[in-house]
Amino acid sequence: MASGVKPRVKVPKTAAAGEAVTIKTLISHNMESGQRKDKEGNVIPRSIINRFTCDFNGENVIDITLEPAISTNPYFEFQALVPEAGEFKFTWYDDDGSVYEDSKKIALG
Amino acid sequence: MNKLTGAILATLLTTTVALADPVDDNLVLNEETQIVTRTAAPAHLSDVLDEVMSGWLFRGTETRAMQADDFDNPGMIFVEQAMETWDAVDGTEGKSCSSCHNDIDSMAGVKPTYPKWDAKAGTVQTLQMQVNECRTERMGAEAWDYDKGAAINMEAALSSVSRGMPVNVAIDGPAQSTWEQGKEMYYTRTGQLELSCANCHEDNYGMMIRADHLSQGQINGFPAYRLKNTKLNGAHDRFKGCIRDTRAETYSPGSAEFIALELYVASRGNGLSVEGPSIRN
Repeated sequence: MASGVKPRVKVPKTAAAGEAVTIKTLISHNMESGQRKDKEGNVIPRSIINRFTCDFNGENVIDITLEPAISTNPYFEFQALVPEAGEFKFTWYDDDGSVYEDSKKIALG
Repeated sequence: MNKLTGAILATLLTTTVALADPVDDNLVLNEETQIVTRTAAPAHLSDVLDEVMSGWLFRGTETRAMQADDFDNPGMIFVEQAMETWDAVDGTEGKSCSSCHNDIDSMAGVKPTYPKWDAKAGTVQTLQMQVNECRTERMGAEAWDYDKGAAINMEAALSSVSRGMPVNVAIDGPAQSTWEQGKEMYYTRTGQLELSCANCHEDNYGMMIRADHLSQGQINGFPAYRLKNTKLNGAHDRFKGCIRDTRAETYSPGSAEFIALELYVASRGNGLSVEGPSIRN
């Protein structure tokens, strides 16, 4: 069970219709690769965020598979077209079954 | 042929100079907080320096950009952790930091004045010592280890609410003797390499030392998130690294020597903005 996991996102509050906005996301997470060993030589079990998705008004924007080589606190920055006012939904899936969610509203302006 | 060699040499020379100088750039945090990264040297330095410059000006484009936005600044993750600690009850008295100090924003203006003379303790105290005084005397909690996890995170949180304010440590009055001690350390050559702080950070800032760009060694940006170890680093830890690099036996973080040195080095940056948590190499 990963501890201290906290998602963060940054989305502009407003955008013009059809504008591409830059979205930044970060989730604090250890991203234990499963390749390391502890002092006694036992393998530390893998514990990573394995999938990250972003949807806008129910339509998928981005769907990412994360692999063990991705370092701690994975950060994603991407662009999305905003055709109308609505809500971005962000979802992170943990190896341990936990799902972390966040959402941000964006208005036309 | 000679002409060509000359042209190449000239290009090399200009490139070297361009690389070595601190950049001409302007730091604005989150598009609202203006940071003073260069200003006139404080009076006590007027014999040796005209201008004091933040280490930010000596770092690369990407590193500088990373610090300009709190979302991109990985140091802020640790600040957020400390903000949670701020509200968390610890110790036998059942108090948290916020029990007495309310919101952490009320601590704006504290960081720029530290280290400072503490009349009750009869010594110069750093911010971390002050935090530990609160923890042991008023919260009944255990003191945090110097420059380690919780302590450095809390110092960063306290620093973050003062960003943009000018560093203003007192060097006169009861703090003067400690300040003099720090000054003497700054100018004393140590180690097998016989280097003083001043040899690099006063005489040769702006030059390259192997692959690294020498800054003025200002600590207005501390605690600093260093890309090389992906955590917050305290000023004392950094002093220790520098002294080790002169191949000398170093003092310990939290020692009387480092407290004196911190006061002196901080005073060299009087007038620069508080930047911590900053991003450095």
